[in-house]
Amino acid sequence: MKAQVKEDWFRQDRLPHIFCVGCGNGTVINCVVDAVYDLELDIDKTVFISGIGCSSRAPGYMATDSLHTTHGRALAFATGVKLGRPEFDVIVFTGDGDLAAIGGNHFIHACRRNIDLTVVCMNNQIYGMTGGQGSPCTPIGKLSTTTPYGANETPFDLCELAVAAGANYVARWTSYHAKELRNAVIKGIETPGLSFIEVACQCPTSFGNKNKLRQPIDHVNFFRKNAIFLQKAKKMEEERKEIPAEAVIVGEYARRSRPVIGGRI
Amino acid sequence: MSKLEFLQGNIACAKGAIAAGCTFFGGYPITPSTEVAEYMAEALPKIERGCFIQMEDEIAGIASTIGAAWTGARSMTATSGPGFSLMMENIGYAFMTETPCVIVNVQRGGPSTGQPTMAAQGDMMQARYGSHGDYAIIALCPATVQECFELTVKAFNLADQFRCPVLVMTDEIIGHMRERVIIPDSVEIIPPKPAKPTDLPFATDETEIPGFLPFGSGQRTHVTGLTHDERGYPDSADPQRHETLVTRLVHKIESKRHEIADYEIVNPDAEIIFVCYGVPVRSVQQLAAQDKTIGYLKLRIVWPFPEEVLKQFKCVSTFIVPEMNLGMISREIERHTTVPVVSAGKIGGDLHTAQELQEIANAYKATRGRT
Repeated sequence: MKAQVKEDWFRQDRLPHIFCVGCGNGTVINCVVDAVYDLELDIDKTVFISGIGCSSRAPGYMATDSLHTTHGRALAFATGVKLGRPEFDVIVFTGDGDLAAIGGNHFIHACRRNIDLTVVCMNNQIYGMTGGQGSPCTPIGKLSTTTPYGANETPFDLCELAVAAGANYVARWTSYHAKELRNAVIKGIETPGLSFIEVACQCPTSFGNKNKLRQPIDHVNFFRKNAIFLQKAKKMEEERKEIPAEAVIVGEYARRSRPVIGGRI
Repeated sequence: MSKLEFLQGNIACAKGAIAAGCTFFGGYPITPSTEVAEYMAEALPKIERGCFIQMEDEIAGIASTIGAAWTGARSMTATSGPGFSLMMENIGYAFMTETPCVIVNVQRGGPSTGQPTMAAQGDMMQARYGSHGDYAIIALCPATVQECFELTVKAFNLADQFRCPVLVMTDEIIGHMRERVIIPDSVEIIPPKPAKPTDLPFATDETEIPGFLPFGSGQRTHVTGLTHDERGYPDSADPQRHETLVTRLVHKIESKRHEIADYEIVNPDAEIIFVCYGVPVRSVQQLAAQDKTIGYLKLRIVWPFPEEVLKQFKCVSTFIVPEMNLGMISREIERHTTVPVVSAGKIGGDLHTAQELQEIANAYKATRGRT
């Protein structure tokens, strides 16, 4: 069934949601719903899947079949769903902890297989649900409850990882870039194979609070100020100009047509 | 016309799965279970909607199996000890979400990497209690290659009937042993209880088992491993909700253990009763053929444990329990009887011989002043 209005995609009886005031996840969910609505996907043939964490609560608010699974394993569950019913549109909501830490192995293998899924990663650089511990995406020097002296490990670049592992569509945007994000999700759904869309988003409660981005708008402004388009970043690299440590590189990292599994029959 | 074939247990499990209508296998290679995956890799692509996928680890194997189950596919995975350990969290997820699926565990010597090529029954307690929280499980234990076929078929039916993960607990000996197997033309298929798209996905009647509609049926089901209500919506902080849900999930299996029970009794009036399951059944049967003073209870389904069956032995003075572990099910039997229980556990990979069992029986007889 196609949605008559955008609200048809949401479970009204699940509101209010659990996200904190100012959380970036709402923006991301809205952009994804904008995309599936504009694409006129069939609600009864769209499945949202997630692991564990704040991001992973999103499927519970969607008025579709949805699978809220175990920590890190969303992509492995999604692989079974997609192979069982290749005609479904399967969209995975995940976060930086869920995808890059406990689920890292499933992530690179889903990219390698290029299974026809759309993966939206809400990267808030922190474990929000458990109260603000450091993640594999916490930038060096940033404070969290488990990096009280500042994170000292180099974070993952999830987009570069997805490109290296073989995903057909890879892009990064932020919660500031709502329009670009919506368009990226549309392209991701339309591109056969694994589509990976990373969204840098704010967690005022756990990340912002400890890292001088106390108000939700502070972190969104930070994204606006520090976003550098991928093409520009590449040019800066060529010209041996230093890319600032706080830069968030945004844009399309890959759009290609490597062999795919789980595509529509 | 049924067919007579000469097969190893692992292949018989795979053939049982295909006969039962399994269309999805997601797994990871591990000795001594790999032949199950290899057979499925060859067979499934030839079947309509059939799909085999080799995942990146056993966690992903069971996860993909559960995912496929929600598309309505009869789905399974196969593994052995270390892989079974990795699957534990998602087996709990399958239980909590009432996902029908089948897991074959070809047991090998543990703990840890242990003895990859040697048989054991050391995962029997892990099968029952290995995932966290309160739960119940159905576990079948074939003792012949024929039973590998039959019990795998039965596992799929039980999974659909009771909406839960079902374990087929074989071992390296049965898995790799070749025997004659009769493959029937068709097998009985028991589908899940039907449901309508307007039904709440986790609402139940007196059977305590909800009907099943896979994804795409219009029910728009939210599936979560969190404590949830009849709509499938999470509600994890309400003590009553959790108690009601988990009690029902356990009770829907435990309360039907009579219905689920599958066993065979020989010479019930004997004083010495061997209780056995899986491959040691063969040694007990050998002994019973030569020593008419003993009787035995052969369990084809160990979990849920059919405790009432023990009451059928009116003259028993001891239960002897040969198993390829240091005494797991013997303690379960002790929980349910006042009759003395002798554990005849053996590990290392060699099966008990009939002679060894005879000696244990004789030693017991000697303590009773008989020869």
